Amino acid sequence: MSKKLLLEKAHIEGIRHFDVYRREGGYAAVEKALKMEPGGIVEEVKKSGLRGRGGAGFPSGMKWSFLAKPEGVPRYLVCNADESEPGTFKDRYLMEFLPHLLIEGLIVSSFALGSNRTYIYIRGEYAWIVGILEQAIAEAKQQGFLGKNILGSGFDCEIYVQRGAGAYICGEETALIESLEGKRGNPRIKPPFPAIKGLWDCPTVVNNVETLAAVVPIMNMGGEEYAKIGIGRSTGTKLISACGNINKPGVYEIDMTISVEEFIYSDEYCGGIPNGKKLKACIPGGSSVPILPANLLLKTAKGETRYMNYESLADGGFATGSMMGSGGFIVLDEDQCIVKNTLTLARFYRHESCGQCSPCREGTGWMEKILHKIDAGKGEMSDIDLLWDIQRKIEGNTICPLGDAAAWPVAAAIRHFRDEFEWHINNPELCLTKNYGLAHYADEIHVPA
Amino acid sequence: MTEAVKTLKVTIDNITIDVPAGTTVLQAARMIGGDVVPPAMCYYSKLQGSGGKCRTCLVEVSKGSEADPRPMPKLVASCRTGVMDGMEVKNMTSNRVGDARNGVVEFLLLNHPLDCPVCDQAGECHLQDLGYEHGKQGTRYEFKRRTFEKHDLGPYIQLHMTRCILCYRCVFTADQLTEKRVHGILSRGDHAEIATYIEKSLDNNFIGNVIDVCPVGALTDKTFRFKNRVWFTKPVLAHRNCSCCSGKVTLWQRGEEVLRVTARKDQWGEVEEWICNECRFEKKKTSDWIIEGAAPVNRHSVISQGHYEHTIKPAETFSAVMDGRNPQLLMDIHTVSEVNDPAIDLSQVNGPATSALYAKTDKKH
Amino acid sequence: MIKFSEDKLKEVQAMIDRYPEGKQKSALIPLLHLAQDEFGGWLSPETMDYVASLLHIEPIEVYEVATFYSMYNLKPVGKHVFEVCHTGPCMLRGSDDIISYIRQKLDINVGETTADGMFTLKTVECLGACGYAPMMQLGMHYKEHLTPEKVDAIINACRNN
Repeated sequence: MSKKLLLEKAHIEGIRHFDVYRREGGYAAVEKALKMEPGGIVEEVKKSGLRGRGGAGFPSGMKWSFLAKPEGVPRYLVCNADESEPGTFKDRYLMEFLPHLLIEGLIVSSFALGSNRTYIYIRGEYAWIVGILEQAIAEAKQQGFLGKNILGSGFDCEIYVQRGAGAYICGEETALIESLEGKRGNPRIKPPFPAIKGLWDCPTVVNNVETLAAVVPIMNMGGEEYAKIGIGRSTGTKLISACGNINKPGVYEIDMTISVEEFIYSDEYCGGIPNGKKLKACIPGGSSVPILPANLLLKTAKGETRYMNYESLADGGFATGSMMGSGGFIVLDEDQCIVKNTLTLARFYRHESCGQCSPCREGTGWMEKILHKIDAGKGEMSDIDLLWDIQRKIEGNTICPLGDAAAWPVAAAIRHFRDEFEWHINNPELCLTKNYGLAHYADEIHVPA
Repeated sequence: MTEAVKTLKVTIDNITIDVPAGTTVLQAARMIGGDVVPPAMCYYSKLQGSGGKCRTCLVEVSKGSEADPRPMPKLVASCRTGVMDGMEVKNMTSNRVGDARNGVVEFLLLNHPLDCPVCDQAGECHLQDLGYEHGKQGTRYEFKRRTFEKHDLGPYIQLHMTRCILCYRCVFTADQLTEKRVHGILSRGDHAEIATYIEKSLDNNFIGNVIDVCPVGALTDKTFRFKNRVWFTKPVLAHRNCSCCSGKVTLWQRGEEVLRVTARKDQWGEVEEWICNECRFEKKKTSDWIIEGAAPVNRHSVISQGHYEHTIKPAETFSAVMDGRNPQLLMDIHTVSEVNDPAIDLSQVNGPATSALYAKTDKKH
Repeated sequence: MIKFSEDKLKEVQAMIDRYPEGKQKSALIPLLHLAQDEFGGWLSPETMDYVASLLHIEPIEVYEVATFYSMYNLKPVGKHVFEVCHTGPCMLRGSDDIISYIRQKLDINVGETTADGMFTLKTVECLGACGYAPMMQLGMHYKEHLTPEKVDAIINACRNN
């Protein structure tokens, strides 16, 4: 059984409340941190090898060390709780059941970074969680863990919750900052990066909920100990939100040493696929990352076991691998249609494009229309190559990563499931009533040239 | 002792130039001139915060700097990328750039109505120029093109939202030139549009400048609407004593009649000095103005195809880009054709160039 | 003329106080939520102009923001708004069937409101409840693991409320 660092106490009755959380050892990290030098905390996070849990996987300690510290200018920490990547609902779970864990992580991190005013930007739809967080903040403040002169350390800190209003793009850190400033969520053109010029043009760090919560165990056990958990550069534990065609959808904390096969089929995790169906494909890290057919998901192209960690999931690059991403693990069984699945994702990205830069604004809608055409049995063979060319011209050419996020699912679907697209086009009527099924993907390794 | 201005060395398409610190790649390319200058549809040097959006000016940075020579993994927007010392940039010499730019142009034209025959911007439209250089002959888009509800912006400015490329220049103009902005970008994604939300007319005294900054035919001069094609009109520099702006303008005349007044633009199509609505919309008589003479025409679109005096040709950079080599001449077209005789400097021809003009000269070869 | 009550105006001031001085525009998004809840479930131009006056910003700055975010209604909606997710993970677990069921049950299409003004049906993109699919948002809360029976119960509860 995986070691749990974040969710261990999630099921304790009343853990949402300060007194229970405190009785269970909560806020020890704050007590420890306030006796340290802020720079020392940054060092511990660096040693822990913690990587951003929002999707990009950038080393958190390094991100913290980039923060500019000009004299007389406030610095801000912003918690990114705008969880919107399809397949991802881990931050919601963490905030809903362990609000104090996030608040504790935020206090430690605010102290380390010198932020006296810290914001949690939460997606607007998580309306009821705002109250849960605000209550936790009020409790912590009442107990002297927030506000002026925390625990007599001389450090002042306030945490505020800001609700968004429905925009996936605000999960991109500069769009989030714009939104927090009361503007449209248009990502900024970088450089400058937020570490130099962020919220109200002041140096800012934006971190994901899970990343900031992980600072608590890092503080408690020390960065070096934390780094011993997991494998290679995938240190610590990771929350995986599993969904799609599995018996036990939900949020799981794993230590990144288990295999993908174990994660899907073990009763401790997803519990296999319902109704005895076969595994067809999986999007292992949130809808943006490449979809993999079953054969390439369970084993790498080299025939080695694939594990649930950053390196192993990415093994083979985009040709035969995928990404850890946000940990949104979406499983598709043999009855699912890849064209339809790709269409709903393309529609999602078209809907969520901010419209600022032309490849994303125009390209996402174009891809959706073509996929809709193929799904409706009206596709032509040339549409497949056209889709490929469009995604290729979006990828890497946009202001923010939404362009890439929109391009990759389409690219991967064509790369691994071209036969299914062709079948749709060759069977314009049949494809409306019947699915392509498993085809050969489950049993043989199919590596495109 | 005067403080020395720090200069940085940058190489764009094999041409090296020293530029002051703080210069962007696009500005450095403009200092060199000619074909190494990336096209820019949203960037506008006079508007703070502009640029980065249209992606037409993407370039490849093959060497980051002397200190960190690693190439940049992605193409970058040259208008928003600062020059580093020793940086090496590829624009016209990069296949990746050409490919990406063709893609961007296709995206920009995807939902464009291509109504140039009835568009007042035709002839001086940057999207037309871009289409000629990088566009395909046909479209691969087979779906219904996007349309918008029509909005009236008042007596001066005509909005055609279907032509808009969302460069945001008009929003920056209203923010930076007028005290109260009433139009903006509404909605998001492919439905984003320029509007006032509740019907309001744009009537600030400097709002007419949005017409000049618009790179396409989305915002045009209502007082010039369908009056004439720009290539039939003659640009003349003129000025008047104006109490609120510089009064320095370009008049676009047909005969003695003033059909349109615009601000003066530089070789990148950018306004030199903003003008007020009175000069732009109300002074349509030649007698309102002190005429200075023919305006130089130096953009390579329809309006500069030889019908004007003072045509300025862009700097020739081919030989420098190709490291001193010149293209091999396969055939001199003039040996077989009478038209476009190089002996005739079209910019010196008054009025249209017709076959009668060529008939008068002997073949050179 | 629309106006917040004294109590709500205190709430508005508390929102503005979360930000440094002069950065009151940051309160725009939460303030629009509050205004939508207070003034009939949607943002009329009048409501938006009022919000602009409270924050000392131009009305266009409010329109730009209100039209960007999907949670703001720019037209009147029914008393109960069913926002059913239909993105990938929900689709895999049958959201299309749930949407058809609601359409048939309420006799409206997506984007429409019932004649009695009780229900509006919308489809929305991923709400972050993929593990509990199919699901919808109803006001402040999520209704998850939807089945036709559950939809019936929800509709009845709304009608009796």
